[in-house]
Amino acid sequence: MKVSSMLRQQHALIALLATLVLIALGIGLSSWQFVVVVALAKGLAALGLVLLLRCGLVSFGQGLYYCAGAYAVGMAMSYLGIRDLVPLLLLATVSAALIAALLGVLLSRYRDIFFAILTLAFTMILYGLLIRNPVLGGSDGFNVLSPGFFLLADGALSRRTMFIITAVVVGVSIWAVQRYLATPMGRLGPAMKDNEIRVEYLGASARRNIFWNYTLAGALAGLGGGLTSFSIGHIDPDLAFWTTSGEFLFIAILGGTRNAYAPFLGAIALELIRSLAFQYVPNAWQIVIGVSMLVIIIFLPGGLISIARLWLRSSARGG
Amino acid sequence: MLMLPAAMIDGIMYAAWLFLVAVGLTLIYGVMKILNLAHGAFYTLGAYVAATFVGFWLAGDYNPYYSYLLLLLAGVIGGLILGVVVERGILRRFYKEDQVVLLLVTYAIFLILEDVVKMIWGVEPYIISQPYGLLGSFNIGLLYYPNYNFVILGAAILSGVGLALFLKFTRPGKLLRVVIHDREISMALGINVQRYFLVTFVAGSILAALGGALTAPTISVAPEIGVEVIVLAFAVIVIGGLGSLPGAALGALIVGLVRSFAVHYFPEVELFSIYAVMAVVLIVRPMGLFAAAEPRKI
Amino acid sequence: MSESIVLISARNLRKQFGAVFAARDITVDIHAHSVSGLIGTNGAGKTTFVNMLTGYLKPDQGQIFFDGQEITGRPPREITRMGIARSFQIPQLFDSLTAVENVETALGIVGKPLDQAQEILARFELTQFAGSLAGILPEGVRKLLDIALAMVADPRVLLLDEPTSGVDSSEKFEIMDRIMKIVREAEVTAMFVEHDMEVVRRYSDRVLAFYDGAILAAGSPEEVMQDEKVLEYIIGRPLRAPLAQEGAHA
Repeated sequence: MKVSSMLRQQHALIALLATLVLIALGIGLSSWQFVVVVALAKGLAALGLVLLLRCGLVSFGQGLYYCAGAYAVGMAMSYLGIRDLVPLLLLATVSAALIAALLGVLLSRYRDIFFAILTLAFTMILYGLLIRNPVLGGSDGFNVLSPGFFLLADGALSRRTMFIITAVVVGVSIWAVQRYLATPMGRLGPAMKDNEIRVEYLGASARRNIFWNYTLAGALAGLGGGLTSFSIGHIDPDLAFWTTSGEFLFIAILGGTRNAYAPFLGAIALELIRSLAFQYVPNAWQIVIGVSMLVIIIFLPGGLISIARLWLRSSARGG
Repeated sequence: MLMLPAAMIDGIMYAAWLFLVAVGLTLIYGVMKILNLAHGAFYTLGAYVAATFVGFWLAGDYNPYYSYLLLLLAGVIGGLILGVVVERGILRRFYKEDQVVLLLVTYAIFLILEDVVKMIWGVEPYIISQPYGLLGSFNIGLLYYPNYNFVILGAAILSGVGLALFLKFTRPGKLLRVVIHDREISMALGINVQRYFLVTFVAGSILAALGGALTAPTISVAPEIGVEVIVLAFAVIVIGGLGSLPGAALGALIVGLVRSFAVHYFPEVELFSIYAVMAVVLIVRPMGLFAAAEPRKI
Repeated sequence: MSESIVLISARNLRKQFGAVFAARDITVDIHAHSVSGLIGTNGAGKTTFVNMLTGYLKPDQGQIFFDGQEITGRPPREITRMGIARSFQIPQLFDSLTAVENVETALGIVGKPLDQAQEILARFELTQFAGSLAGILPEGVRKLLDIALAMVADPRVLLLDEPTSGVDSSEKFEIMDRIMKIVREAEVTAMFVEHDMEVVRRYSDRVLAFYDGAILAAGSPEEVMQDEKVLEYIIGRPLRAPLAQEGAHA
């Protein structure tokens, strides 16, 4: 099909461009590298959340997978001696995905507030397990060493290289999710949110669709958690505390749920807001975030991406 | 062999505290169908106001026995003002949104209030332990319990019974029960549901603040106390059934006993056990053990 | 009609809701390519019957066969995939999507290429509404869109739940004409629940009259609509004389 292959190329092209721009910016503004890397990692978790939000489901439990991915990396390094970045990230993603698949079987039967509360319960269960577990560091967590990457020796990964790797991983993820959202399965989300009964009557299984979205969301969050563990160098059970999931939720809402770029826009915007708030009103940065959330809900329910799209469209038209 | 009665008494005391803290949350959900995440911030604020009042009082060398009155006053005044300000100022603009958006709105309010607390009182913890120790303690064999626990127990029982009587026998209480059961029918009956929202929210806020105020003497009052309390309160009301008063009591008892037994016998699973029970109840019986309102079938 | 094969076979269906008997021992055969009208007062069991056929309800007792296979109690999505589709009394659409996106969603689920959407809209004469949000479309258009979605899967059986309810009486026949034309072209076996006797008379070649959970009468429209029991319980008899002649007081 000509049209769909054109779209596919378009997706790849745009994702590639975005990644290159990001890398260029990062190299140029090196002081921002660390902040942006963490933001991008959180953006991955928020991207997973976007998949669920499109189906009409709010999860307070993405932190569970973020934390699982981070701890998978940490544990693999300490106990299995794996130091190379690629297998570590794979491990983070896959272990998070497995947990998500397991819980997804159960959670795909719930909706609305019960889904939200159940996801909250599960992430707090992980928190409870980790915090009292001295083997995994208890409430202090533990430190994560710097990984190696192919030919680069362990620990030789510079901040800049880490940034580039993160940008590439994110770029690939965006491309993959954009393509997914163009498939019949990916397009089903908004329809399910509108009218799940009709979806069933057209022959699709809403439960199965939610299951896959949930598993994918968990995988993305796990990947983000893995990336975070390298960048920050330390992981602790707070990653599973409900407020972490709350932050992902905020990022998703700030960015919007329109496409796969939106949560990253939200994540970077959040870091910007946070930095500015710290600078000017250090005691009130949570107020700034809370107020921003309310403002977005009232005035810009489509998130920042809706502004971005309007701007892109008008400049394409001939501004 | 002293473990078992110790665990049970601890469990009941903790359950009383849980009930006090959670009952406002379930009331608000029952009437307004809003899961109020800001509840944790109201609790925190109550604790801080109490710390301030009692702090001044004790510094002024007045009769320390009046500090208990101050605790109550702190809870009521703090909850009243905050409840009115939040409901009128912010919450009511979002009533037309769906449940999950409202959840996010209350989360935003929670964040805002957390910083408000930090701005007013700073980040250093406040300690007002005198009311806690003042009443002395009692012994059961080798076990030693501060008598202050009875204040919490008493407050829990009073608020529970008081609310139950109010809902069952007073006219506004009965109307509230109609609203809890089915909002559309109550509107069709001419009940001014929005006015009841304000009253309910304020009542819930007062109860939360009261919980914080009465807890203040037993802890070190710091900005973070709200985030943990809110999930515990969630667990309690979910287990008991969202919107159900007897459910909150049962949920509190279950969580209290489970936690207490965990602490005494398997301390590693303390937190895990509470949320595990919550998850199990949600899976097996999502409406909770005492479902308050029947789900409407289309 | 060369085909007189039985496509759907219901045997001894029973369904009770508390004290209400929505289906008492219903046994009926639906033949391929037939158009059956289901009539009856409210609560007589027509919609319950449709719901059991499409998997929304599971009968307490009894069986339903479709093309030889048992479909009793299977979930709606399985039954749809087997070839029985339905439309709804209150149109069930994706309100925040446009009309064409609604059809594309259905196409995507069934696995057909999305560019067929415009063609499908054209068949139902809905092309002008393609880019409008389904939520704001007029009721008649929503009804047609609802049916269009059901037809996307090329079903062998189409169940229409009150296709003309809520539609202006002047438009009823136009809409039914459109629907029936498509139904006949696609050689679909159709069943529709309907209250308007004119519509039933005009478009069905078989009528099933429901009352109190049972089928009171079944046959051609003429037979059923003159049946004594049907007249008594469902349709009603014409008045004997105009009131004025009886010398009524003011």
